Amino acid sequence: MIPSAEATELIARHRGDSIVVPTMTALKLWAALSPGHPLDLYAFGCMGKASSLGLGVALARPDRRVIVLDGDGSLLMNLGSLVTIAHMASPNLYHFVYEDGAYTTTGGQPIPGAGKIDLAAFARAAGYPHAYAFENLEELASALPGVFTLRGPVLVDLKVHHQPDLPPFPTLDMAQVVRRVARALEG
Amino acid sequence: MAEGRLRAARVLEAVKGLGFTHIVWLPDSETGLMHRALQGERSVTLVPVCREGEAVAIAAGLWVGGKRPLVMMQSTGFFEAGDSIRGLALDVRLPLVLLVGYRGYRGDGPSSDSAAVHLEPLLRAWSIPYYLLERDSEVERIAMAHRDAEATARPVAILICREYQ
Repeated sequence: MIPSAEATELIARHRGDSIVVPTMTALKLWAALSPGHPLDLYAFGCMGKASSLGLGVALARPDRRVIVLDGDGSLLMNLGSLVTIAHMASPNLYHFVYEDGAYTTTGGQPIPGAGKIDLAAFARAAGYPHAYAFENLEELASALPGVFTLRGPVLVDLKVHHQPDLPPFPTLDMAQVVRRVARALEG
Repeated sequence: MAEGRLRAARVLEAVKGLGFTHIVWLPDSETGLMHRALQGERSVTLVPVCREGEAVAIAAGLWVGGKRPLVMMQSTGFFEAGDSIRGLALDVRLPLVLLVGYRGYRGDGPSSDSAAVHLEPLLRAWSIPYYLLERDSEVERIAMAHRDAEATARPVAILICREYQ
């Protein structure tokens, strides 16, 4: 299993000028690393919709890489989005899923199918041209530069565990967050 | 031209005239013929979704990226999309026009379920303004909804009260 904080730091080292769309536990981790970044589009207050929000901005801005930081419980709420994303075939969309088998933000209750489902296989079956799973940090670190050279959409299933003291959710006003990102993209 | 008609081509003409760049939708009985009207249309990109909650989230992302999306769904999908409408349209103050097929509208005969009973009360409960659209002569209401959405930074609905011809 990959420590989620270290996976997040690894992704952050590759973000460049990407738009990043984190949700739930990944949002906590990402916001602690990248507070107030103008291209961080938090998916907060809309259960399971990070992948769809990311697809929208990827379609609007094909000149930018879009990195979605999803959760397994969140993706299960919106599995059809895999088909929609594959159908639209956004080459700039990189969809990471933090698979911890639980609804971590609500106390760690197990998700349906925990340990049995295969998220990368879901993505491939939906039509993603590339989908991978990693459970080792070193293998992820080695593969990640190559992953970001692929023509998307790409799904990367990260089998993670969390440290006990996760950062809190940042204080958010989604209306301000989306306008901050919109302004940054206008510039 | 029959006064009572609502033609998909006329609605598409109005949509194009308002500068919408994307139509994000899931087909339904009321708006289904829009698909035929959109074939070969290059000025608007069609984004088909598997469930209506996706549509609002995709529209929010498109808007952040500088595009002008229009969302089309049936009232049943509007009910399904509730959390996305709340979280990514109302809370975000998204100036979004929703074209909503009014399943069971009284003009179409007896309704077989409660969709028509709940639609307008739900829109009012969420303070989402709406216009009814039944015939070609009323398509200016799409422009009115668009203007309202932009002026108030809120979602505004157009209720399609009959199937297109």
